[in-house]
Amino acid sequence: MHFSPVPLHIPDGFLSIPISIICWAITIITLGIAISRTNKALGEKQVPLMGVMAAFIFAAQMINFPVAGGTSGHLLGGALAAIVLGPWAGMLVMTAVVAVQGLLFQDGGLLVMGANILNMGLVTAAIGYGLYRAVSNQSKAVKLSVAGVAAWLSVMAGALFTALQLWLSGTSQLGIVIPAMLGVHVLIGLGEAFITVAALSFILQTRPDLLGEDSESAKGSRAWVAVGGIIALVVVWLSPLASADPDGLNRVAMDIGFFNTAQTGEGLLAGYTVPFFADAAASKIMAGVIGVIVVGAIIMLIGRGMKAKS
Amino acid sequence: MHFNAFDRYHEKESFLHRLDPRVKVLVTVIYIISNALLPDGAWLAFISAWMFLITANLLSQLGIGYTFKRSIIALPFALIAVTVLFSIPGKPVSTFQFLMWDLTITDAGFLRFVSILIRSWLSVQMAILLVAVTRFPDLIHALEHLRVPVILTTIIAFLYRYLFVLTDEVLRLIRARESRSAAVAGNRSGGGVRWRAKVAGNMAGQLFLRSYERSDRIYNAMLSRGYSGHLYTLNPHEMKSSDYFVTAFVIAVIFIVQLIGRL
Repeated sequence: MHFSPVPLHIPDGFLSIPISIICWAITIITLGIAISRTNKALGEKQVPLMGVMAAFIFAAQMINFPVAGGTSGHLLGGALAAIVLGPWAGMLVMTAVVAVQGLLFQDGGLLVMGANILNMGLVTAAIGYGLYRAVSNQSKAVKLSVAGVAAWLSVMAGALFTALQLWLSGTSQLGIVIPAMLGVHVLIGLGEAFITVAALSFILQTRPDLLGEDSESAKGSRAWVAVGGIIALVVVWLSPLASADPDGLNRVAMDIGFFNTAQTGEGLLAGYTVPFFADAAASKIMAGVIGVIVVGAIIMLIGRGMKAKS
Repeated sequence: MHFNAFDRYHEKESFLHRLDPRVKVLVTVIYIISNALLPDGAWLAFISAWMFLITANLLSQLGIGYTFKRSIIALPFALIAVTVLFSIPGKPVSTFQFLMWDLTITDAGFLRFVSILIRSWLSVQMAILLVAVTRFPDLIHALEHLRVPVILTTIIAFLYRYLFVLTDEVLRLIRARESRSAAVAGNRSGGGVRWRAKVAGNMAGQLFLRSYERSDRIYNAMLSRGYSGHLYTLNPHEMKSSDYFVTAFVIAVIFIVQLIGRL
C-alpha cells in the first residue's frame, strides 16, 4: 500500500551525531520561523488547512505513472506544496509528512529526522517557491515552465544535500555518492517536474484564484527569490564540481575540521571519475548550467504542447 | 478503507503497552543516540544493545522475533554505505573485479560498513517496537509533552486522521483511471510518457482541490462545534512512579552499554 517515492529517507545509523545535530538545529530554527509566520497569516485556520494539506501530499505521493521498464514516476511534493500554500506553510506541511513517514512507517530514522526534514521539506520548499516567486506575476506559460524547472531542481537539491550529509558523516565516498544520488534523481526529478506542472496547470484552469494575486502563493516575500536562487546555484555549481574534484571538497571539509572519523581523502577509488564529468572544473559547471537550460527548454516545450491541446 | 489500515499498533496487554508514551519515546531516542555513539567494531556493546532490544521484544508480548521480521525495510539504504568497504585505507581482505574497476575490500572498510549496518538495524527495530506498542495519537500526545510545538503536533494529528480519507480518495482516482485505460491485447494502454505524466499531474491537481475544499468544510464544522484553536483530550497522561523508575533503569543500562563499548 505505502511506498516511499524517493530514496531520500535516511535511516538511523547512517549519519554521525554531529551532522544529525547540525541538521536538527537548522531545521528547528527554520520551523520556529515558519510557525510564527503561518500563525500570523492563517491564525486558528492553519490547523485544519495544513493538516489536510499534509494528508494531501501524503496521498498524492501514491499517484504514479508508468515510465518504462517497470519504473514509475512519483511526486515528492515539496515544490508543489510551497507554490500553492506559500513557502512557510509548505515547509510545515512537508515536515508533518516526513515526520509521519519516519514515526509511523520507519521511512527514515528518528535521530536523523532533522536531516530528512531539511532535505525533503525545507530545501525543496525553499527552492521550489523561490524560483516560482521570481515569475509569479508573469504569464501562465512562464509560470508553469519555471515551476517545472523548480520542481526538478528541488529533487536534485534534496538529493545533493542527502549526499553531502552522508559524505560528511563518513558513510559514503564523495566521488561516488554525489554522481550516484544525482544520477538516480535526474529522472525522478523529471517525473516530479511533469506532475507538478500538470497539477499547477489544472489548478490554474479550475481555481485560478488559489494562485492569483491575493493568494498565499503570491504574497511570499521577494527574499525567497534570493534563497531559491542561491540553492539553485549551489546545486548547479557544486554537483559537477564535487563529482569532478571530490578530493578538493574533502580537503575543504578537513580544513574546516569536519572529519574526526577514520575518513581520509585518499581512497582506493581516488582515480575514479564519472565519464561525463571528466574535464576541468569550469567545464563541469558549464555542463550543470547547460543541463538546467536543457531541462527548462524541454519543460517549456511540453508546457506549450499541453496549452495548445487544452 | 478502515481508519486504522495504516496503523502499526498491536493490541496486546503488556508491560510496554502500559508504559507512559513519553517514557517510550524517550527510551527509544536515547537508545538510538546510544547506538550512534558506539565506536566502530564495539562488538560486545552491539551485542548488549541487541540483548536489550530482545528483552524489550519479550516484554511487549509480541514475540521475540517481532521487530526482526519487519527490520528488513531499512536494508536497501545499505547500498549507500557500500563505498566505505573500499575507500578506507587498511589491510586488503579481498579483491575482485566489478565492471571496469578493480575493487579491494579493506579490513578497516569492512569494520566500518558492518558497524554502520548494525547501528542502523538495531535503531530501526527499536523504532518499529515503539509504534507497535504505542497508539499513534498517544505518541503524538507524548511529543507534545516533550515540548514539540503544539501547532506541529496538531498538524501531524490531522494528517493521521485524514490520511485514510484522502487515501480513499486517491484509490478512487486510480481506480477511475484504470477503468478508463482499456487496452487491446498485446498493446499498451494510454499514450506516451508525457501524456501519462499529464494525467497523473491532473489527478494530483484534482486531489489538491478536493482536499483544499474539504479542509474548508472541516474548518467550518470545527467552528460550529466551538473550536478556538485548541484540541482537548480526556486522557490525562500522568507519569506514574513506575514510569520514572523504568526511565532511570533504562538510562543506567544504556550507560553500561556505552561503558562496555569504550573499554
